[in-house]
Amino acid sequence: MRRATIRVVIPVVRWQKFRCLSQVTDGVPQVSSAQERPTNTSRESGDDQFDVVIVGGGMVGAAVGCGLASSALTRSLRVAIVDGNPATKEKYNKKSDAVPDSRVSAITPATVRFLKDVGAWENIQRSRHAPFDAMQVWDYSGLGYTRYQAADVGEDFLGYVVENNLLISSLASALERTGFAEIICPATVQGVQFPAKTSSSSARNLFENLSERAQSHIGASTCVREQKNVGQTSPNSFALNDDWAQVMLEGGRLLRTRLVVGADGGRSRVRDMAGLETRGWDYNQHALICTVRVGYHHSTAWQRFLPTGPLALLPVGEDMSNIVWSTTPEKAKELKAMSKEDFVTAVNRALTEDFGPLPSSRMGGPFNSKWLTPLFGEMPPSVSEPFIAPPPVTACLSDRLSFPLSLRHATKYVSNRVALVGDAAHTVHPLAGQGVNLGFGDAATLVETLREGIKTGQDIGELALLEKYEKERLWANLPMMAVLDGFQRVFGTDFPLLNIARAGGFNAVQYIGPLKKRIISFAMGS
Amino acid sequence: MWRMRGNAISSSSLWRQSLRYLSSTSSASVPSCSHQVVSDGPSTSSRNETPPSTAGVLASPSQKPNKKYRGSINDVETAKFAAIADTWWDHHGPFKPLHAINPVRLSFIRSALCHHFRKDASSATPLDGLTIVDVGCGGGLACEPLARMGAQVLGVDAVEKNIKVASVHAMKDPSTSTIQYRCTTAEQLVHENQEFDVVLALEVIEHVADHMEFCKSLASLTKKNGMVIISTINRSISAYGLAIVGAEYVLGWLPKGTHDWSKFVTPEELALLMKRTSLSIEEMAGVVFNPLTQKWSLSDDTSVNYIASSVRRVI
Repeated sequence: MRRATIRVVIPVVRWQKFRCLSQVTDGVPQVSSAQERPTNTSRESGDDQFDVVIVGGGMVGAAVGCGLASSALTRSLRVAIVDGNPATKEKYNKKSDAVPDSRVSAITPATVRFLKDVGAWENIQRSRHAPFDAMQVWDYSGLGYTRYQAADVGEDFLGYVVENNLLISSLASALERTGFAEIICPATVQGVQFPAKTSSSSARNLFENLSERAQSHIGASTCVREQKNVGQTSPNSFALNDDWAQVMLEGGRLLRTRLVVGADGGRSRVRDMAGLETRGWDYNQHALICTVRVGYHHSTAWQRFLPTGPLALLPVGEDMSNIVWSTTPEKAKELKAMSKEDFVTAVNRALTEDFGPLPSSRMGGPFNSKWLTPLFGEMPPSVSEPFIAPPPVTACLSDRLSFPLSLRHATKYVSNRVALVGDAAHTVHPLAGQGVNLGFGDAATLVETLREGIKTGQDIGELALLEKYEKERLWANLPMMAVLDGFQRVFGTDFPLLNIARAGGFNAVQYIGPLKKRIISFAMGS
Repeated sequence: MWRMRGNAISSSSLWRQSLRYLSSTSSASVPSCSHQVVSDGPSTSSRNETPPSTAGVLASPSQKPNKKYRGSINDVETAKFAAIADTWWDHHGPFKPLHAINPVRLSFIRSALCHHFRKDASSATPLDGLTIVDVGCGGGLACEPLARMGAQVLGVDAVEKNIKVASVHAMKDPSTSTIQYRCTTAEQLVHENQEFDVVLALEVIEHVADHMEFCKSLASLTKKNGMVIISTINRSISAYGLAIVGAEYVLGWLPKGTHDWSKFVTPEELALLMKRTSLSIEEMAGVVFNPLTQKWSLSDDTSVNYIASSVRRVI
């Protein structure tokens, strides 16, 4: 008997306080509550309480959702995905002979493994996806080049070029099949409220807060809300859970959640509202993208570094390729405005003759000697491969789009009850196509961290758990960002000595086996 | 040495008595005899000191809550924990080390319970249907995760403030609001004839006055074929170096005076205590800290922190 009495001590105390309150403010609760959230009908039944609310249903946001749906431990979570763009829900049903969208991603084998794990790869495999098994990088000075192949590291492919809208729709349909998450779309997030840092630490504060409210805020809406909660679900209510996060949607719907995942891109509102800062700089470059037809089918990712920025030509299937041309804002504007024919000419010149000649492939001769093997290890097959000129571009097949480039990195990825993933945490230069792969890496790690948290019974919104995710991803993201930024700087400078050093670097990568393998593995995300 | 010596006097002498009792009644207990000798050093020196005043206790608050019952409960220890009860859920506060090892302890507990009770370890709530009492629950650091895993949890602690903190915190989350908390002792529960599938005493036994009495109560609270899980600190040189000199004095992880080395229990002594109380040890694992990765993990090395699961034998 004593046990039962003690068990309900806390709810009873609260209940009594609020009962007093309700007598004083008789009639007010219903009115106030109704005015406050006229459209919210489900809240009182607890329907708007979630474990995870993912803000942003793009590639990375959907990947987090899929990841959570694919494990028995996380499948019991209540998850909502909030997305403002109904287009992301559209099915990808392009016929294979249609011109591919110019927004593509080069995904690494590590990303492919993740997509297989969450059941989204099958759909991509059935649709258009272009594998590439070689990569060739050279610079405008013509002094050096690096060519490497999947075979150098014993793989079949270095990666795949996949249209972004195919990635999104494959993830979305994988998610739909599981019926796992509630997809709230279209919806705009009006605000996100996170608990004050101190609110969870001190019971004394809580007691004081409670009695203060009861005494001084009679009739105030917060009190009324608490009262309704307690009244309805006592003794098992958790009226004090104002240390959860609240996501307010336009129209008044309020989602209470343990964890908000900010997957809302480079200009993340979640990041701003959580008070997480970013560091970074603009590159004073714009990337121009479009789909082109080339002279012949190929499976190489080509990239030439020009003083104004890198120009990449990626296979997207058949004789079509995707162009990502990073250049000055003025040049990008010019390229966008010119006729398609002029553009084709400009691309071909930039790929082969602007600023300098194509590299010669004879310079590597002495490095191929067998006597170097004990020093540098087994030579990968591509060491003896000559420089190959890229295929000529014959037609421009799509509109040309451009966007400004910058590097941004959130100084912290997590805070109490919030975690940033993908571009919300970091945006990088597209020169190696690593941006989205870092994002998928974030998603995979976040899912794994939450799994571990559930396994040990932790509150998955708790900072201590989320910090494990942050720590792991910083180790993966920062080196990659530093490498990409370094590349960008080294190639953005035209200075004779540097040009020679750069060529030396290219040649070192081209001819030193272990270094080459290491770099390929790094780029493949393993 | 202004750690709680007064408390050490009473408790360590009681403890030594119980050990003597053990060694005199169990001829097979060679390990316990040798450890009794080892324990003479610190406990002898502490005997010569005078007990601190109450003011002294409050002036140097320490960490763990004193969790136990009337018979084995230790008032000075209780006061230590009452002084800092507010900070139980502050991950960077005095209980930071407990938060750090908590996931490791819980993964041991989870796997031990899943294995013993044949539960589905891939489920998010594998402990559904089990009743658990956490003796010396403190702020509920273990109770809440166990409740999230589906167990019906009762947390008891002798410090009333701990119970308040734990109750308020548990109510903030619907998945933990089913936890019951009581300010009471294991002995009181025994008196009420309560029984549970699982009885936990985590980082508690080193704070109780009478280890033997304590273990007896734990066993009495356990249903036949139920499980008792105890975690504590070994009474080894490395434990002195790491848990007291390191954690309390050098790193400042724990308030000075949190632990009294002489009250630590060796795995052999724990095994013997359990054996004497009809518990048979199933599994034992060390909980170790890797300073390079800053991570805690389970290991074979029981020289400092360790955790053991045991089954109440059906007689």
